Amino acid sequence: MPDTYLDKGTSLWQDAMRRFVRNRLAIFSCAFLAALVVLAVLAPLFAPYSYAEQDLALGAAGPSVRHWLGTDILGRDLFTRILYGGRVSLMVGLCATAVALLIGVTYGAVSGYAGGRLDTVMMRFVDGMFAFPFTIFVIILMVFFERSLLLLFTAIGCVEWLTLARIVRGQVRSLRRQEFIEAAICLGLPRRRIIFRHVIPNVLGPVIVYATLTIPAVMLLEAFLSFLGLGVQPPMSSWGLLIKEGAEAMEAYPWLLIFPGMALSATLFCLNFVGDGLRDALDPKAAKD
Amino acid sequence: MPILSAVNLRTHFHTRHGVVRAVDGVSLSVEQNEIVGIVGESGCGKTVLCQSIMGLIPVPPAHVSYDKMSLDGEPLHTADERAMRAIRGNHMTMIFQDPMTALNPYMRISDQIAEPLRIHRGTRRADALPKALDALKAVGIPQPESRIRQYPHEFSGGMRQRVCIAMALITEPKLLFADEPTTALDVTVQAQILALLKELQARYGVAIVFVTHDFGVVAGLCDRVMVMYAGKVVESAPTAALFARPEHPYTEALLRALPARAARGQGLRTIAGQPPDLARQIDGCAFAPRCEYATPECTSVEMKLSACGSGHTTACLRMQKGEIGELGNRGAE
Amino acid sequence: MLKFVVRRLTLESIPTLLFVATLTFFLIRLAPGGPFSAEKNVPPDVLKRLEAHYGLDKPLLVQYRDYLLNALRGDLGPSFKYPNRTVNELIAVSFPVSLELGIYALAMALAVGIAIGLLASARKNSAADYLSMSAAMMGICVPSFVLGPLLVLVFGIWLGWVGVSGWATPSDRILPAITLSAMYVAYIARLTRGGMLEILSQDFIRTARAKGAGGMRVVFVHALRGGLAPVVSFAGPAMAGVITGSFVVETIFQIPGLGRFFVTAAFNRDYTMIMGTVLFYATLIILFNTAVDILHVWLDPRLRN
Repeated sequence: MPDTYLDKGTSLWQDAMRRFVRNRLAIFSCAFLAALVVLAVLAPLFAPYSYAEQDLALGAAGPSVRHWLGTDILGRDLFTRILYGGRVSLMVGLCATAVALLIGVTYGAVSGYAGGRLDTVMMRFVDGMFAFPFTIFVIILMVFFERSLLLLFTAIGCVEWLTLARIVRGQVRSLRRQEFIEAAICLGLPRRRIIFRHVIPNVLGPVIVYATLTIPAVMLLEAFLSFLGLGVQPPMSSWGLLIKEGAEAMEAYPWLLIFPGMALSATLFCLNFVGDGLRDALDPKAAKD
Repeated sequence: MPILSAVNLRTHFHTRHGVVRAVDGVSLSVEQNEIVGIVGESGCGKTVLCQSIMGLIPVPPAHVSYDKMSLDGEPLHTADERAMRAIRGNHMTMIFQDPMTALNPYMRISDQIAEPLRIHRGTRRADALPKALDALKAVGIPQPESRIRQYPHEFSGGMRQRVCIAMALITEPKLLFADEPTTALDVTVQAQILALLKELQARYGVAIVFVTHDFGVVAGLCDRVMVMYAGKVVESAPTAALFARPEHPYTEALLRALPARAARGQGLRTIAGQPPDLARQIDGCAFAPRCEYATPECTSVEMKLSACGSGHTTACLRMQKGEIGELGNRGAE
Repeated sequence: MLKFVVRRLTLESIPTLLFVATLTFFLIRLAPGGPFSAEKNVPPDVLKRLEAHYGLDKPLLVQYRDYLLNALRGDLGPSFKYPNRTVNELIAVSFPVSLELGIYALAMALAVGIAIGLLASARKNSAADYLSMSAAMMGICVPSFVLGPLLVLVFGIWLGWVGVSGWATPSDRILPAITLSAMYVAYIARLTRGGMLEILSQDFIRTARAKGAGGMRVVFVHALRGGLAPVVSFAGPAMAGVITGSFVVETIFQIPGLGRFFVTAAFNRDYTMIMGTVLFYATLIILFNTAVDILHVWLDPRLRN
């Protein structure tokens, strides 16, 4: 007598991992980003020249064997500058996202868990903030206060936390009402266990997705501010600054604009694809088979 | 000549886990004016069967094949989307299980009911609307003149199902597939809808294939019944004969599981085990693992339907060989 | 409906505007330096007279109150930077330019974005889907300050087809509009695709197919109205964003729009101009969002009463 012909189940995370891995574009993007992070962190090892090394006699020159991506007006190697600039851009991206995560997740979790009037008031505040022309706010902040990296992180983080707060609050709110939470409470599970084993894993998914999608938004904002002269200040360099310099000199030396532009675009591209891949993978409704 | 004749229909889904044989060699034949019931557990393939014949199964993941298929004598080619589109909603229509989501929330009822006429008869909107109103009256919606211009969310579940019926019958089709149309409704509303279907069937002379898992409905409505399990037909008989003398252990078990049949003070009799995973190869009878009469031979010989009475067929090997006595009247054991 | 609009515009907007005004006001004033700190070599007594002239010597709260009272009457004050012109004037001159640019950009974004989104949703998971979505993604990933100069380089300088800056001739509008619309094309394409796919998976689409509706009919008669809902939601912030976020484009292409004035005002610490622009933008955003909400109700019968 054969056994009943039953199917083995899989957990949500395993399912998600499998779906993600099948998304070739996302995997490729991951690989690219990994390579980028390695290059950026270990920039001094990979850079053929030192950061400030000038070659005034050479001046701005196009790509060559000695300088793979060319040089700028002061003869500085562009590849090196892009490496170091990438360091700064990535760091700003990660730090500002961390700030946004911290504020957003806390705010959203408190609001969602508290419910009632507190929740309403907190969300009204968020809704009001959404109406605020944020880029303007950031510009004002950067213009009027001393321009430091710390302020930059804070300013950008302040802009991006809203979406995260909304998402976290939505998740927490719907989770609180879910029957399995009520069941857990009825079964007498301690609060802490409920939070760690049931609430957090369910909130984690969307948070990861949106955090991943926040990084490129932040990097874009930083580049935009630097382009306006309000972000990273010389002598430090970021991709935004490099693009600004490139745009100014583009008629005569187009590579100064094109290469940093490509570097930024490719990174944003990959980050967005990874974020999308994560979102598709973690969405239980997205089962394609 | 039967209105619908489908011979050896197979619908297989090609998935990563393997080939899922949702419908595995089912033959269905419906006479004019007949109401045929299809019963079975969830996942037995009854819905996929109907949608395959309607051509509503998306064909890249699925493979639909059959030896022969015809509607009112004309051959049906489910793979020919263009040809099917002329027949769907026109000569062969369908109503679905959940009336709350079956209607377009953004369109007025009038336009939705009139749509089949506009698609298939090319009727102009101005001419189609009065016909839609007539259809609405025919399904018994109160105050049809004022309700016709409303939106679906202004109707209750039972009324929405009536609207769906109106949409399905406005072209006076030859065949109607009703896929568990009353499952999502209250019992009282259910009775009304069934009565309505019976009345309209008599009036328009449409054949109905009625899918359900409720034997009570079958008893009240259907002329003939087909019992499905794991994508195959296990028994097929006129309704009275099926109830009086089932010829398959699965049918017997289903009937015995009905709460109405449980004797006082006794527990409800369930069928132990689970339906099989359709992605795996199944040898012999699919029901054998859960069958109390099964023998090793049951899982080695291929299942086949054969007659065991007038208009009555069964796929049970042992019943065919007469090895088991009479089923169905065992009562309390 | 009318009650809803009025309530929206007054009851809910006024606190928001007040909040925005207050935040901006105090933020600017609390920052180190004053509006004239950028100008070097101003003798102290001239500085004092300038400050008195603009009321900057009064206590902060008094300045706040005065400003609010004036603003309520529609008077946004004189510009600190351009002494002979008021903020109202400057906005009136530059806003129409930004508006025009914004309208072109959004119209383009809607037309191209929706088309791409429809194509991708109709051919889900095919090559056409991936290619069109990737192309659309470019809009988000190639920032306007990269795309703009590149377009200028290729079409303005190398090919010489269009002018590279200014707002004089009709052809001057082309490159800026394209640059500005790029990001929105991407968002709209993604939203359209997502919205359409969501709708197409719903039961009533199956009913439509069971009635014999073909591909085009299913998409345009049945799915479109619901499928575009996310795009409509996005249209409000998009319109606002297109207008308020155009500083970069206006800077690159030397367009005399409000965005550029704002950036200049920020750098010049032109308090009144900054305040005026912020209030103006905030009002615009509120108006657009309200319009979008009304549009939503019109589109989805289930939201009506």
